[in-house]
This record gives sequence, structure tokens and C-alpha cells, in this order.
Amino acid sequence: MKQIWLVLFIIFFVYALSAQSLLLKDVPWDDGKALELHWQFPAVPDSIQLSMSDRMGNPIDLSIPLSQSGMQVVRDLDPGQEYQIQATISFGDQQTSLTASSKTKEQWFYMHKMAFLILLLLICLAIIYYITAARHGKDFFIRRISGLDSMEEAIGRATEKGKPILFVPGIGDLDDIQTIASLTILSHLAQRSAEYNTELIVPCRFSMVLSAAREVVKEAFMKAGRLDAYKPDNVFYLTDDQFGYVAGIDGIMLREQPAANFFLGSFYAESLILAETGFSTGAIQTAGTAQAHQLPFFVVSCDYTLIGEELFAASAYLSRDPQQLGSLKGHDFGKLMVILLIIAGVILEIAGMSNLKDFIAGALK
Amino acid sequence: MKRSFPLVFAFIVGFLVLLAEFIPHRPFNDLISTLENWFMIISGFAILLGQISLIRVNSQIIAHKEENWQYHLAGMISFALMLIFGLLWGMREAPGLLGSGESFVNQMGMKPFDYLFTYAYMPLSATVFSLLAFFIASAAYRAFIIRGFESNLLMITAVIVIIGRTSIGSMLTGWLPESLRFWHIPNLADFIMEYPNTAAQRAIMISAGLGIVGSSLRIILGIERSYLGGDK
Repeated sequence: MKQIWLVLFIIFFVYALSAQSLLLKDVPWDDGKALELHWQFPAVPDSIQLSMSDRMGNPIDLSIPLSQSGMQVVRDLDPGQEYQIQATISFGDQQTSLTASSKTKEQWFYMHKMAFLILLLLICLAIIYYITAARHGKDFFIRRISGLDSMEEAIGRATEKGKPILFVPGIGDLDDIQTIASLTILSHLAQRSAEYNTELIVPCRFSMVLSAAREVVKEAFMKAGRLDAYKPDNVFYLTDDQFGYVAGIDGIMLREQPAANFFLGSFYAESLILAETGFSTGAIQTAGTAQAHQLPFFVVSCDYTLIGEELFAASAYLSRDPQQLGSLKGHDFGKLMVILLIIAGVILEIAGMSNLKDFIAGALK
Repeated sequence: MKRSFPLVFAFIVGFLVLLAEFIPHRPFNDLISTLENWFMIISGFAILLGQISLIRVNSQIIAHKEENWQYHLAGMISFALMLIFGLLWGMREAPGLLGSGESFVNQMGMKPFDYLFTYAYMPLSATVFSLLAFFIASAAYRAFIIRGFESNLLMITAVIVIIGRTSIGSMLTGWLPESLRFWHIPNLADFIMEYPNTAAQRAIMISAGLGIVGSSLRIILGIERSYLGGDK
């Protein structure tokens, strides 16, 4: 009987030993700067001493919680390097040593962005298809955007009153797509103001925006055949400071009393200060931004507001170029796709299947 | 050449940045941060353009004694003072050309640049920001005037959210039984902010996202050229 108990004890002991493991492996589909550390012990240990190092012996700071099993990602490693880890685990008086090693590997694709890539490709293909169709003479219906149709009215009013037009390209730098969209609208506005011989004032917050805005306005005046009317000092730098910039523009609005104000681009807390000051001067105001939080302020204080997508569609809309108008149809395809995905997602979630949600959510990680 | 080079450059860089978003392997994974660093370096040089513009515009107004030229003079003096103090004695831990200005630090508690920043610039900036409170009141007054069905709905919703965010909201409907907790004003305000408001904002954000994709594609493919000043 004693022998049977001894055999059972040995089997249990061997099983218990085999149940403890330390595994270091590469994080899949990443930039090769992380490893996954997996551990499995027979019981919750009393203490764990870890030492991790690269091939040259340089230590890496690492600690794991006292738990029976778990996984931890070790980040900020060098790609393509071999790493070793040694753990000394204490269970009461007993100590066990475990080692593991692995190499970080750089991958050629972020697999979790697959959904993002598919959606992007579909939207891009749709836009290219509609552009090609427009190139072949297909006529597309584009709904009227009153904020952009009002541009003529605003310029006309400024011309009649002999007052200038104020264009604010937002408080974003040139790396903000909203600022780029704003400059494309500025190009059309500058051309019209050159044709009507109306003064255009463009205060800029950043030097990069200043140089781009000057170039845009100058080219527009040249295109209108009125290069002699171009005044480089009307496109000027104010300050990098957010509220200093606002104070400067408020001063311009109160002193110069522009007949039309355009606030197009990226805006934050200053949006209402600008729009309300402009409202108090009685100017016709058009605003546009993709900042959802600032839109209500513009809607309240401005005569016309370009909401989100309309800001990016403005240049295509104003140019009346069939190719650019065709690309706007691609946006509509994207909207249709998003609506269908939302409906499909809701139905699948109600049915208890979260595959689609997980697939899309992977791209948002 | 003047027009085609930027177009080719925009196509190559735009396409590479797009690729880098999906490829974690070197050199693509470092591409975006490298380009951002390039942008910062170019911006650093471009600051000079801004300063030249600032000095030129203001000095012309001062020289011709145009209307309100005194304000422009005050602006230029402020600009010069901050520049000189920053250059001579530095700011925070960074020393200037004449050291760290220990005598100023002993007298004023900080360097001249930091003193002006803390006691002149910061209050001025806060003053402009504080205007927002008054402008919100005037804008809200105009928005909530009852003109039709929509403005009526807007006003009712706004009143619920405003009251729900204050202690009066909890007090007014605090007596409601557990079965009617949904109609408790703070809960109603939370519901409005969490569901209808979030839904509307997300719709705007999705459409803006699509607009960004379309706009970027037009620029990468060279169809959109207005930002270069011309269409052709």
C-alpha cells in the first residue's frame, strides 16, 4: 500500500513540476519591439525574482504580479534581437528556476488593421471609379451647399460696402488636413475677390500656414489677371498663441469692420469668441470645421456653416470640375457602406455574434 | 516643373505615409515620425518668416502713423522685451547669453522672461479666454429664442441638460420612485448626452472622416491643386 502511495506521490510531483512553465514569445503582427511573457505555476508563488537581458547581457526592467498564471507584454525592445529571461520562483522553502528565450521579429503587416485597409481600399476604389466615370463625361447630381453658394453673396456685399473680407484659416498648422482644405477654399475666394477688386485679409497663426496662404492668394490673383492688386502684407502672421491670435482677429474685426468673415479650418475654444465678435460687427459670416464640438457655436453665431464633410467637399464643389465632383460621389458610397455596416453590426450583435464588431474594433486598437 | 514637382512629391510622400500606416517593418514604421521631425525642422526655419511679417506689417503702420498705431507700437515693444529678456537671461532652467540672471531671481523670484510670462502673458491670455463665458450666454440666448418647432425642441433639451448638471436637478425630481428613475432630471440629462448627442456627433465625425479620405486622395492623385494656387 505504501508503495502505491509513493508512486502516486511521485506521479503528482512530476505532474506538478511539468505544470510550471515560463514562455517568452514574439508578439505577432507587430513592429518587432515587444515580446509576450506567459507563465504557469502549480500554485501562487511566495516570491518571483526575474532577470531579463538581451544577448549582450544588458538588463531589461521587468516585474510580474504574484499569480499562478498570466501573460505580460514586454515593450520597447529592439527588433531582431534575442532576449533571455530567468525566473527564480519560491514556494515556501522550495525554490525553482526557470529560463526562457525568444527573438523579436518585425512583421510586414499590422493584421489588426485589416478591416481598416479593406474599408479604405473600397472607399478609394469607389472614389477612383466615380472620378473615371466623370472623366468619361458622366454627369453627377451634387446637392447644393448653401454655405458655399453664399460666397458670391458675401463677396458682393463686401464689394458694395467697400469693406474688406476676412478669412481665418483656423488655428491648425499645415499638417492639419482641415487647414489644407481651408487653403483650397481660400484659393477660390481670393480669385473672386481679385475679380471684384475687394480687399482680402488673411491673418495666420503659423509661419508655415502664412507662407502657403501667401502663395495661394498670389497665384489666385495671378489667375484672375490682377497680380497688381495683390498685397502680400494683407496675408500676415499674428502670433502662435491661441488666445493672442483670437485677440488679434477680434481687433481686426472691430477696427476694419469687414463685410464678410470666413472661419474655415480647425477651431477649438476660440470659435465662439471669434464668431460672436464677428456677429456683433454685423458681418455676413460663413464658418466650417470638422471639430464636432465647435459646430454648435458656429451654427448659432454664423449665417452659414459647413458641417464636417462639407469643408472637405468645398474645393471640389466650388471648382465645378467634373473629376472633383465625381470624387464627392465616392464619399456617398462610403456613407452607404458605413450605414450598411452599422445595420449589419446591430443585427449581428442582437443575434449574439460579435465577429463583425471584433473585426472592425481590431482596426481601432 | 514648378507645378509638377510638388505634385509628384505629394504623390510619393502621400503614398508612402499610407503604406507606413499598415507596415510595421523598418523603414516604414519610422517613416511617419521621421516626416513629423522634418516638418518640425522646417517649421523652425519658417518661424523667421512669421517674425519678419510681424515686424514688417507693424513697423509700416507705426512709421506711417496709421490709425491706432499706438497699439502696434505696444505690441512691438512687448515682442522686443520678451525676445531680449529671453536671449539675455534665458527662461526656466535654460541660461541666456548673460547667464541665469541671479540678481533678478533674488529680487523677483524668477527670471525676467518667466516673470513677464507668468504675470503679464498668462493673465492676458486668461482674460481673452474668460470672454467665452459671456459669449456663451449671448449665443445661448439667441439659440434658445423660440421661433419654431426645432428651436423649441432645442430649448427644452438644453434646459434639461443645464438643470440636470446642477444640484437643482437632483433636488427637483429626487422624490421620484425607483420605477421612474429614468425621468429623474440628471438621468435624463445623462441619457441626452450619452445617446442622441453622441449619435449626432459620431455621424458628423464619420462624414468628416470620409471627407478627409476623399480630400487626401484628390491631393495624392493630383486632382486637387487649389492648395498650390491653381487648378491646372
